[in-house]
Amino acid sequence: MNPILEIKNLHAGIGGKEILKGLNLTVNPGEVHAIMGPNGTGKSTLANIITGREGYEVTEGEIIFKAKDILSLDPEERALEGIFLGFQYPVEIPGVSMTNFMKAAIDAKRKYKGLDPIKPGEFLKMMREKQALVDIPDKIKNRSVNEGFSGGEKKKNEIFQMAMLDPDLAILDETDSGLDIDALRSVAEGVNKLRSKDNAFIVITHYQRLLDYIVPDIVHIMYDGKIVKSGDKELALELEEKGYKLVE
Amino acid sequence: MQSKEAHQDKVLKEVTEQEYKYGFSSDIEMEQFPKGLNEDIIRKISAARNEPDWVLEFRLKSYRAWVKMEMPEWAHLQIPEIDFNDLIYYSKPKPKKKLESLDEVDPEILEVYNKLGIPLDEQKALANVAVDAVLDSVSVKTTFQKELKERGIIFCPISDAVRDYPELVKEYLGSVVPYSDNYYAALNSAVFTDGSFVYIPKGVKSPMELSSYFRINSAGTGQFERTLVIVEEGGYVSYLEGCTAPQRDENQLHAAVVELIAKKDAEIKYSTVQNWYPGNKDGKGGIFNFVTKRGICKGNHSKISWTQVETGSAITWKYPSTILKGDHSIAEFYSVAVTNNHQQADTGTKMIHIGKNTKSTIISKGISAGKSQNSYRGLVDVKRSAINSRNYSVCDSLLMGDQCGAHTFPYIDVENKSSVVEHEATTSKISENQLFYLQQRGLDEESAINMIVNGYAKEVLNQLPMEFAVEAQKLLEISLEGSVG
Repeated sequence: MNPILEIKNLHAGIGGKEILKGLNLTVNPGEVHAIMGPNGTGKSTLANIITGREGYEVTEGEIIFKAKDILSLDPEERALEGIFLGFQYPVEIPGVSMTNFMKAAIDAKRKYKGLDPIKPGEFLKMMREKQALVDIPDKIKNRSVNEGFSGGEKKKNEIFQMAMLDPDLAILDETDSGLDIDALRSVAEGVNKLRSKDNAFIVITHYQRLLDYIVPDIVHIMYDGKIVKSGDKELALELEEKGYKLVE
Repeated sequence: MQSKEAHQDKVLKEVTEQEYKYGFSSDIEMEQFPKGLNEDIIRKISAARNEPDWVLEFRLKSYRAWVKMEMPEWAHLQIPEIDFNDLIYYSKPKPKKKLESLDEVDPEILEVYNKLGIPLDEQKALANVAVDAVLDSVSVKTTFQKELKERGIIFCPISDAVRDYPELVKEYLGSVVPYSDNYYAALNSAVFTDGSFVYIPKGVKSPMELSSYFRINSAGTGQFERTLVIVEEGGYVSYLEGCTAPQRDENQLHAAVVELIAKKDAEIKYSTVQNWYPGNKDGKGGIFNFVTKRGICKGNHSKISWTQVETGSAITWKYPSTILKGDHSIAEFYSVAVTNNHQQADTGTKMIHIGKNTKSTIISKGISAGKSQNSYRGLVDVKRSAINSRNYSVCDSLLMGDQCGAHTFPYIDVENKSSVVEHEATTSKISENQLFYLQQRGLDEESAINMIVNGYAKEVLNQLPMEFAVEAQKLLEISLEGSVG
């Protein structure tokens, strides 16, 4: 079985400053990985580099996604290959309705696979199904992307988009931050429903509490640009108890 | 790896540097007057159009006023000197052969309009849009006139109206935009050629969109159309205009006057998709678009709504305005103005509140790219008599790249204490966060930029009738966002 994602000796940074200092990570189909670590240790940088955000420099190492080196791909190509990022701060796009946005995203994906645009009826049915899955209100369909959404709605909307796009690898960047317990629970339920033997998740979080709901197969502790310790879900509990002195 | 900014600039450049699609010129044989502007030329124009004497008098009076006037210089525009004697003021297609009927149009001209996507053949035309097609100085065809006439609606070239409905034209021509109003209005009043005339009788709601399509074809020719729309009590019309011109190296002049009159309970919706040739990317050529558009809400509870999508012209000087004279009258101005390369636009509106409880709304969205300059200029003038009136203005500017300029010049004058005027203005750039967000969902950068721009302009585009909304979206180089939503 080939891994979905393989990162080898990744060195990368921004503006000449090295942030990732030889990071290794292998994610297999069906796995949920949690990455924990203090602020400024490079967790979000890792998410940005995997998804191809402009402005970062990779100086060494490789990122293999589904047996393909993706470092030279544009962000949209990586997305179309099947990488999804759930944003820590979802962005507002005024005047663009969720429906039109999702239709464009679905059609971009279909085009990449050589398929015709989705039929309106089929698309609306898909919207309804996925909405039910992540428990978001129907009214968001006609609202502009993330505009005027509450913090909880924005995060649920990320999970909704993930459900629509059905990625092979989803990276959730602090999806739990700023959520109350009910919103956290419904976000986690959404993720759990989408877990399968073929896809994989990387959940970036500060807090163990999310992992009560999304139970990870492997927990990594990231520190100073590297993964310094990996283990099963017990590691997260241990970390919560002892703090980051565990790895210092 | 290139820097983030450099990369983004490159994409913006690609998106904003699309070629002008309507730049072809057609080799149609034209009858033209010699270059130059004087009383003799004006007499000739009037004679060529078989006009009654009072129209010639109106022209001469206007010309004599114009000669004494100065070109306005208050706009945020750099206008090169214009030699008004180096222009052709009258140019019409020469009939090739004896045409069978008055309805018949020279096939070459039909071809021009087909190429522009405006079929003049009623069989092929959009069923709910009547078109008046104006080529250089004359109207070549007005469709669905008969069907409209059955409801008492008059839709014809203004040259016909002057002869066929002289009382109406005489009463209203120059009543909203007097010949002495400004330099370009005076020029237009002196040399105006075809434009459309619309008359909606009492209580009639036009069953179709009325539309004019203006095309400047000949080199060295100015276009000076004149449009007059009169809607009687309780009537309604939605009127649209579009315009294009061939790609030429020299600048061409377009100076139009549009007058709207809405009586009691009447409503006029006036939409423009302006796509005159903007000049090339080095700023060579393009149309100088100096237009005076004004409507009057004459009766109580009347409404005038202006919507404009301005993407063309080298220079645009245009302020579609409304005089809210009737009590409870309503005026709206929705505008998207796009400037790119070396284009300059100084556009906005004037809302003159005279009647009680009058209400106006201004939504202006500027988009500047390249080395262009884009200005909003608006006046909200609430007279003493206009008690309990309201105005709400929003002026947003979107900058693409860092070599363009966006400017806002709001003027507000309120003479009573019971009225409320609100003005909001924002300036923004397409953020890298927005771009990345859309790309992460699989959209390429060009689609992402188009989607963001489309969203930004949505509030205005939504005001356009469906047929034009599509054209306008394409004009903004935006792919349709899909058939649902």
